[in-house]
Amino acid sequence: MIVELGHVALVLAFALAVIQSIVPLWGTLTNDDRLMATSDTSSLGILLFVAISFASLMWSYASSDFSVVNVWQNSHSQMPFLYKLTGTWGNHEGSMLLWVFILALFAAAVSVFGRNLPRRLSANVQAVQAWMLSTFLLFILLTSNPFERQAVVAEGQDLNPILQDIGLAIHPPMLYLGYVGFSITFAFAIAALIDGKIDSAWARWVRPWAMIAWVFLTAGIAMGSYWAYYELGWGGWWFWDPVENASFLPWLSGTALLHSALVMEKREALKIWTVLLAILTFSLSLLGTFLVRSGVLTSVHTFASDPTRGLFILAILSAFVGGALFLFVLRSSKLEAGGLFAPVSREGALVFNNLILSASAATVLIGTLYPVVYEAVTDAKISVGAPFFNLTFGLMMLPLLIAIPFGPLLSWKRGDLLAVAHRLLFALIVAILVTIAVGAFSQKGQWLAPLGLGLAAWLMIGSFAEIVQRGAFSKVPLKTALRRLLGLPRSVWSTAFAHFGVGVTLFGIVCVTAYETETITVLKPQQTIQVGQFTLRHEGFLTTSGPNYSERSAQLSIIRNGEVVDIARPSKRFFPARQMPTSEASIHTFGFSQLYLALGDVEAEGNVTLRIWWKPYITLIWLGAVVMVLAGGFSLSDRRLRIGAPKRSRRSKANLAPSKDAGSATHA
Amino acid sequence: MTRRTNRLMWIAAIGLVMALAVGLSLYALRSGISFALSPSELKAAEITPGQRIRLFGLVEEGSVKRGEGLKVQFTLTDSEETISVSYNKILPDLFRENQGIITEGVLSPDGRFMADNVLAKHDENYLPEGMAEKLKTKGVWKGAAQSEGGEK
Repeated sequence: MIVELGHVALVLAFALAVIQSIVPLWGTLTNDDRLMATSDTSSLGILLFVAISFASLMWSYASSDFSVVNVWQNSHSQMPFLYKLTGTWGNHEGSMLLWVFILALFAAAVSVFGRNLPRRLSANVQAVQAWMLSTFLLFILLTSNPFERQAVVAEGQDLNPILQDIGLAIHPPMLYLGYVGFSITFAFAIAALIDGKIDSAWARWVRPWAMIAWVFLTAGIAMGSYWAYYELGWGGWWFWDPVENASFLPWLSGTALLHSALVMEKREALKIWTVLLAILTFSLSLLGTFLVRSGVLTSVHTFASDPTRGLFILAILSAFVGGALFLFVLRSSKLEAGGLFAPVSREGALVFNNLILSASAATVLIGTLYPVVYEAVTDAKISVGAPFFNLTFGLMMLPLLIAIPFGPLLSWKRGDLLAVAHRLLFALIVAILVTIAVGAFSQKGQWLAPLGLGLAAWLMIGSFAEIVQRGAFSKVPLKTALRRLLGLPRSVWSTAFAHFGVGVTLFGIVCVTAYETETITVLKPQQTIQVGQFTLRHEGFLTTSGPNYSERSAQLSIIRNGEVVDIARPSKRFFPARQMPTSEASIHTFGFSQLYLALGDVEAEGNVTLRIWWKPYITLIWLGAVVMVLAGGFSLSDRRLRIGAPKRSRRSKANLAPSKDAGSATHA
Repeated sequence: MTRRTNRLMWIAAIGLVMALAVGLSLYALRSGISFALSPSELKAAEITPGQRIRLFGLVEEGSVKRGEGLKVQFTLTDSEETISVSYNKILPDLFRENQGIITEGVLSPDGRFMADNVLAKHDENYLPEGMAEKLKTKGVWKGAAQSEGGEK
């Protein structure tokens, strides 16, 4: 009964979405306030129905209702309850439903938090969101119905064991919140193009939504990276896998969007570009969905492919992206150009940021799609590996990383590069010292680590230059300076910390890349092996059983300075339901570094094969992302960025002017 | 500065960076790609020794021989040709006989494939891309129970 209820709710949501696709738009065309206002109610209705639908699917999973084909295929009665619940989105149908649920959530959020948006804009935005909702609901209903029934079967086929993990419980919803969050900025862009009106207020409304999406996307990507790191047992944290790229592309353009919207909000410049970027970011999200869901690219992530689904999503993709770009070409000439600025200025720096981010996104896109195009043309299968991405993406990002500390210090319209460089002198000196110090300990020809760590130091210290400057520590007593810092707008703090986070992540990446050690060995019982500062001793085996698996783990003492500091238990689990083994790596954190043990084959005589990595400072890679996420979240609490509070921002805009010595041309 | 020169300048900058990105990509694509071949395709293709390729196929039944330490040898087949593969690292969980896998490495002059990476997809029904069609047309593939439900 509940299953049918979920199905009916989904159909109702679709019907309502179709109505909302037309009525509010008709309202803006005929200037009918009542028609425009319907969207506020209908988007809540859609959310309600999709939520009912999602909840009933979740209920079928929770109660292991194997008469539902989807549950039967992806669940098992003996699975831990948490994984039964999260199994809801561990498959194609369920994850598409989650996708639509989040889309509906955001659409409803616009109607709730966007009460003070201009009536016409709000109506248009919600109509555009209803277009997306109705197409994706139709997609689910026609090609991926999760509520399909079958004759009752006693036992399910189990969820893929590597998905039975807490990381998977959180990672996809996070990622989707980010992916789909950019649908709002897309809807805003289309709505503005429909109306042909766009100004700094538009940017002020869009920026918080872009920020929310960006925060979730950053968290989702970082979490996915950590999940792959500990669950797959390969010890890698980023594989340039097509699906990783699919989430990374909207991140790159979303980051660019955050920065260009800033220029648009403050200076009314870069309008056309910002609108285009808003369209492109969500287009890349859709492209990602297409790549992952269609099976065009094989990857560890893709579900079994189904050509009709792929074609359907391709049709959605081309309709939305093509339509949006067509509308853009049609209307963009109507958008007035904004304020002028010199190349060396805050605007200039932000344009530079946008240029590099889009160009790097382009290289990632080329590398991701090249195998598909190549196969279509020559019929030969190729793969584009990490070396391609490391070379192109790495080189493209380099100038941006160097430039990051300059950006916030430059003043609007016309900046003074020399004065800014002067303020960054301390960071530069530290960076050079780090480079020299690391270089002195490195072997000849190893330039990556010294330069990389120098750059990371430059970023971490340089990011706080604006705060130091605003505090004016050298000019006023410490107490006054500290009080000044507390009074700084929150966005200044978030900018500094977000950029600092980039430096932290870079530090981790460089350390792991340059100093990681890998040992592959066979250990007899009681035999020891030296890995860096640690000695590992093989102590024997342990056989245990979990709720739906049996587990055999090797026990190893981790000895440092003659003392046992920890016991490692790398193991192999066997899931009888799918007849599938998985490896559980044993990871031990020492400071920011980790010792990573993965178990290979176990031989008859009790010998054990092990793959052991020492990963110096690896946790910084994800901690940097955590810093970025917190910084982004903190900036959302800034009054000037608060959703639906654009009017108040005028008042506090006065705080925004940089201190005197940074130039006072801000509000000319 | 007039609006016009300003705009031209930015367009030039955009063009330059984009050209750089595309140029860099094309350069990297010359060496950064590797061909994915099945054993018969590999035998037919002209591969310079030392060129990195991906070789995919089924692990032939009864061909897995473990040597000292981690050394392992097995034969990959696509039902037409077979190639012997040497590998010296830990095999993935799902490596077993009759399993479709992908190996990465180079072809040695004596015709053996020296793999430095073996990938077995985390899906019991997984066959390397293109293999399923190939085996189906030859009638070798027994057909997996169902192909739904991969991962993530």
